[in-house]
This record gives sequence, C-alpha cells and structure tokens, in this order.
Amino acid sequence: MDNIKVTIVDREGKEHELDAPTDMGMSIMELCKAYELPVEGTCGGMALCASCHVYLLSDHILPEQSDDELAMLDSAFFVKPNSRLGCQIKLKDELDGLKLELAPV
Amino acid sequence: MGQNKTIETDIIIIGAGPVGLFAVFEAGLLKLKCHIVDVLPQAGGQLSEIYPKKPIYDIPGYPSVLAGDLIANLLEQIAPFEPGFTLGERAESLEKQSDGRWIVTTGRGSKLIAPVIFIAGGLGSFEPRKPPIPNIAEFEEHGVEYFVRNPELFRDKRLVIAGGGDSALDWSIYLSDIAKELTLIHRRTEFRGALDSVEKVQHLADSNKIKVMTNSQVTGLLGNGKLEAVEVQHDTEGAQNLEVDYFIPLFGLTPKLGPIGDWGLGVSNNAVEVNTFDYSTNTPGIYAIGDINTYPGKLKLILCGFHEATLACQSAFKIVHPDKKLSFKYTTVTGIEGIQAT
Repeated sequence: MDNIKVTIVDREGKEHELDAPTDMGMSIMELCKAYELPVEGTCGGMALCASCHVYLLSDHILPEQSDDELAMLDSAFFVKPNSRLGCQIKLKDELDGLKLELAPV
Repeated sequence: MGQNKTIETDIIIIGAGPVGLFAVFEAGLLKLKCHIVDVLPQAGGQLSEIYPKKPIYDIPGYPSVLAGDLIANLLEQIAPFEPGFTLGERAESLEKQSDGRWIVTTGRGSKLIAPVIFIAGGLGSFEPRKPPIPNIAEFEEHGVEYFVRNPELFRDKRLVIAGGGDSALDWSIYLSDIAKELTLIHRRTEFRGALDSVEKVQHLADSNKIKVMTNSQVTGLLGNGKLEAVEVQHDTEGAQNLEVDYFIPLFGLTPKLGPIGDWGLGVSNNAVEVNTFDYSTNTPGIYAIGDINTYPGKLKLILCGFHEATLACQSAFKIVHPDKKLSFKYTTVTGIEGIQAT
C-alpha cells in the first residue's frame, strides 16, 4: 500500500481527509504542513515545541511515547490523556483510517 | 558584556547559530568585520541550547557530526577573523542613523552600529512558555514571574510554582528556604525531573516545608492590579483559591520571532521574506539568512543557510564598500591567515 487515509479535525472542527504516503518516512506533523493545515512544526520534528500537539480520536495503537515526547507534553498546555505530538507519529500502513484532532495553541 | 557599550563594525549579525557564525567566515574572506549578538548566553543557537548531543547527518563532508561539535568547529573556523560577541542580550530595536548606518539596541542598552545587518535569528528568540490563563498578561510584573532572576524578590513571600520539569523542581527546592510559603502545582501525578530533585521535593513535602499539589492546574488569577490569589483546579476534586504574592509558571522556553517582527520587514508565517538573489529583505542593508527567512522553495537546513550567508556577504560588500570592486577568490588559492593547513 502506498497511501493511507488520515483524517485531521482542525481547530474549527472541520474534518480533512488526507491521502498520506507511507513510503517516505513522513510524520503527521509533516503531513499536516504538506496540506497547509495550521501546524507550525517550529522545531522541525524533534519533540521540542509541541506546536504539532494532537489528540488521538480513533482507536489505533500508536507507537509508544518516547521520553522526549512525554517531557515535552509535560510542559505543553491543553494536554489530555489522548495527547500526542504529531512529529513523533510516522505514517505507516497500519495507521490507515487514523483520526486526529489539532489541539488548541 | 558591559552596559551601554557602543560597537561599530561592518556587519551586525543577529543570532549566533551555525548560519550566523559561518557568515563571519564568508565576510572575513572579503575583509568585512562582524559583530554577533544573541539572547542566549553562549554561541550556537538551538544546536548548543537544545540538542548539542544530537548527530547531524546532512552537513556536506561530515557523515555525522554532533551539533555541539559543529558549533565548536565553526568557532574555530571563524576565530582568525576575530568577530565580536554580545551574548545574553536580545536585539530589541533597529533605527537608521543620519549617516545611513543602522543602529541595533539590545535589551541591556548595548548599541551596535553598522551599514549592514544580517538577521540570522533561526526560530527567533527563546521566551518562556506562558500558560493559557486569560488575564495572565495583566499580572506580569505584578505577581507573575516567568524566571527567577533574583531569588531575594521572593523572601518571606507566598509563592505558587507551576510545572513538572527540572526547573520547577530545582527552584522549589531552592526557594523553599527563602519563601514564607511555597506550593508546587503539577498537572500530572509523576514528576519527570532528575530523580535526586524529585526525592528532595518529596522530602520537603513530607516535612511540610512546601506543599505539593499534583493532578492540578492553575486556571485563574485574581487580584486588583496586583496578584492576590490563584485558582487551582484539581482533576477530580474541583477548584480552590490559594492566596499568594507570586505565581511562577515554569514550563520551559519556546521560540518566538520577537521584536524582529516589528521592524517593518516583510514577514509571513513568522519568517522574514527575502529576495533569493542576495537574501536581502525589503529594506536595503538588511539581510535575513537561515531558518528565519522565507522564500519560494525554502528549506530550513543548515547547509542552505550557509549558502544564503555566502551570497548575502557578496551583496553586503557593495554596501560597505560602494567604490571597491569585489574579486572572488578560492580559499584553496589564497589560504586563510591564521589557519594552518593540516
């Protein structure tokens, strides 16, 4: 499979169904930027800024959070139990149908 | 750096990250002098501040180089050109003098004067991450402090510190002896700081020297011109008000474009627009290089910033020396004075 579908709910509640390639090592943060959704990705994907903070809405099992991601989420705001950093989620075939919501900034 | 110092040079470089540093080298080849200003206390920008131990793989000629080593190498590479440094001071304002040169003033009052400015500010300047409490700005400097600059300010005061990282833990430990009352508030159950600090805080809490409230957040600030109380919301047990003199939120630093955004330069998406001919901004004499600029096809890569710095120097030469002819020379032909070939 080359492309999966990922749904992103933006901060106005609008749903965007995105075609996401799984063969480029792309992250959710990069995918959002590629589709010009309002995700800054200030730090470039090093789990250092939380500008790609998202909530997991579907019941996919995501890769476990690294210490870096947990530490960053500790100093971010609007954090919920389903909070993740988009830059730490790489697009993979098993994430087909993934649904995420952009956290407030 | 001393206060109210005035420095004159050819190029003022705002930002001591890799691109700002390399600009000194390329300027030096053209015999242009540089002075670098950076808000951080050391050179290297985010490479030194955030990820000195991370390897970088896309510097040409280096299969892998640690960010901190790249900065050390750049400092060695530019040393022969004797750049000046004003560190720990943020470039706040930019004005044009009557002689056509620019004057950059820092937050501590240092004045830097040059005909050319290179903005190499990367992500911007690092500022404290502010909690999303609607009226927090109202109480800044009236009870809300984002840094502990002078611990004596808090002597015999009632403090609330918020945060779960090392700085929240370390300052809670330090200020526990100084404050009259200290409450540490953390959103989660666990603290992620150094184990030793976590244990010390636990010990202070057990001996009633400080109070620790976990699974809680500060959600409101109360007072009339001066902070009088904070509202603390517990995940399950509801809200309560704590009377305080100071609220110290310690949630780390986040980069902001800062004052550069107010200098009348073209800005889009937190980046300075430039012409890719020479990386000049909309204002003659002012260039933007590295992660802080934007143009069609921009990639935020160190190696792209090196290229941008090189072309900007060629253009800057014509502003510094309008009457001189610039001839391009390879370092393989001329060498660098002060650098021994190995």
